[in-house]
Amino acid sequence: MRTFIGRMRWPDYLILAVLVFFFGYIWYTIEGTLNYKWRWELIPGYIIGYNADREAYFANILLQGLAATIRISIYASLLALVFGTALGIGRCSKNLTIRMLARTYLELLRNIPPVVVVFIFFFFLSQQLIDALDLARWSRGIARQEDIWLWEFFFGDMRRFPSIISGVIVLALFESAFVGEIVRAGIQSIPKGQWEAARSIGMNRFQELWYIVLPQAMKKVIPPLANQFISLIKDSSIISLISVQELTYKTVEMVASSRMIFEAWITTAGFYFVICFGLSQLFSRLERRREGQG
Amino acid sequence: MNRHPIIEVRNLDKFYGTFQALKDISITVHQGERVVICGPSGSGKSTLIRCFNALETHSSGSLTVDGVDVFEGSKEIRRLRQEVGMVFQQFNLFPHLNVLENLMIGPIKVRKISRAQAERTARKYLDRVHIPEQAEKYPAQLSGGQQQRVAIARSLCMETRIMLFDEPTSALDPEMINEVLDVMVELADTGMTMVVVTHEMGFARKVADTMVFMEDGRIVEVAPPDMFFTAPASERCRMFLSQILEH
Ligand SMILES: Nc1ncnc2c1ncn2[C@@H]1O[C@H](COP(=O)(O)OP(=O)(O)O)[C@@H](O)[C@H]1O
Ligand SMILES: [Mg+2]
Repeated sequence: MRTFIGRMRWPDYLILAVLVFFFGYIWYTIEGTLNYKWRWELIPGYIIGYNADREAYFANILLQGLAATIRISIYASLLALVFGTALGIGRCSKNLTIRMLARTYLELLRNIPPVVVVFIFFFFLSQQLIDALDLARWSRGIARQEDIWLWEFFFGDMRRFPSIISGVIVLALFESAFVGEIVRAGIQSIPKGQWEAARSIGMNRFQELWYIVLPQAMKKVIPPLANQFISLIKDSSIISLISVQELTYKTVEMVASSRMIFEAWITTAGFYFVICFGLSQLFSRLERRREGQG
Repeated sequence: MNRHPIIEVRNLDKFYGTFQALKDISITVHQGERVVICGPSGSGKSTLIRCFNALETHSSGSLTVDGVDVFEGSKEIRRLRQEVGMVFQQFNLFPHLNVLENLMIGPIKVRKISRAQAERTARKYLDRVHIPEQAEKYPAQLSGGQQQRVAIARSLCMETRIMLFDEPTSALDPEMINEVLDVMVELADTGMTMVVVTHEMGFARKVADTMVFMEDGRIVEVAPPDMFFTAPASERCRMFLSQILEH
């Protein structure tokens, strides 16, 4: 810290002064003009609530949302990894039709706004799937049972199960396009000699890919996939649009009922930041260690 | 020697787009025969031996290898590749597998042999190439010469009947060339059919039954080594030999 202050020159002070002025002005506007009343002291209660009747703490609205975001992000990234790998393989296929289909999927997702994509996936795919499987009735059945803590650990409130599932599917379909591009780049980075050596010992195209090329490619693309996972966590807020009760949705809800606009959004931003920044630090540390070994 | 033909090439042409890499190639390799192919860079040596295990598909002419008529889309090609081993200039070992796994993956996944059997075979051939102690290492931990010997063993593990070598020592440091050539000489002594692209003329003199000189996509000269080295028929071949034998 001392070295940082020691390295400051007059342009640094100028920039800082401008920033202080800018945020001070915003602060002043909120305080003075809007006459906003800060109630930060209430925020912890929205994270962990206390039930006076039962004399027990419980996960309140923000923590519920956070837990849902974490669950959804994990499931969606696993699913996106599967879809995306298939897509990446498809992009490298020798079969023209498969290659074109994979390409079309990618280009559609690249050139349609995410919000529109999410609605389309929701109404056209995941809703149909959930109706077809009659998931709503099934999960209501589970929700009525006793002792469902394992289900709740993995999926939260079971009455919301279909909504979580459609959120996971929508998010996974959305992210799989990017995972697919990462996997494709990984596959294409493997030298041609690897395919040829595999072919020379009599492997078929699938075996060449599965036993020789894909394991090497996947190992290479772990860092970009890790970054994509962080993107996915951020992108997950978009499924609040289809009423999946994750962190962003819960925050909207909380703001509507409590009117604590600034506190709620700052807290939520903090949650996202801590998770994403923490993960990115963790990943780059692991990456450095891996490089140290290799 | 059993003079049963095992590779038969008749009037083979190979085009890359409009560029003709092989021009009217005809050659016969017999069972147990050792053929050494040499010629200047870009003369089509690699292209030719890569046709032999269908890594390249020829454009016209006929090619029969081990009784299999090779043509694009033939269902027999994968079976053929199990009989024909290929050793590359760049080794092309599988870096994510250790030496033993490199040797076992073909027999297990392609020939569907049991792990135990595949491991016995793998260790036998590792012995044969004189690196039994490196079985658990990864390719990146081996020297170039060791890697190339593993690559040879990997082909042998498929119990191949024909071995193709595409400049197997060109990527090696000089002090490692001999350890690889020694293994190849020993392999020749077992009676393996071998087609070797190389400029190692000492090796050629020692093992070759037939020398082939290629230039500009054509086979210019085919001769037994004593004649090839003492009295090459073509001027081009003589010049080429004097160039590479100088040092
Ligand atoms: N995949 C390819 N596409 C186009 N031209 C090629 C390809 N492979 C080889 N060639 C050309 O074919 C000729 C013969 O190549 P190659 O068989 O590798 O020669 P050599 O092994 O004798 O050095 C060269 O002129 C080379 O540029
Ligand atoms: Mg070559």
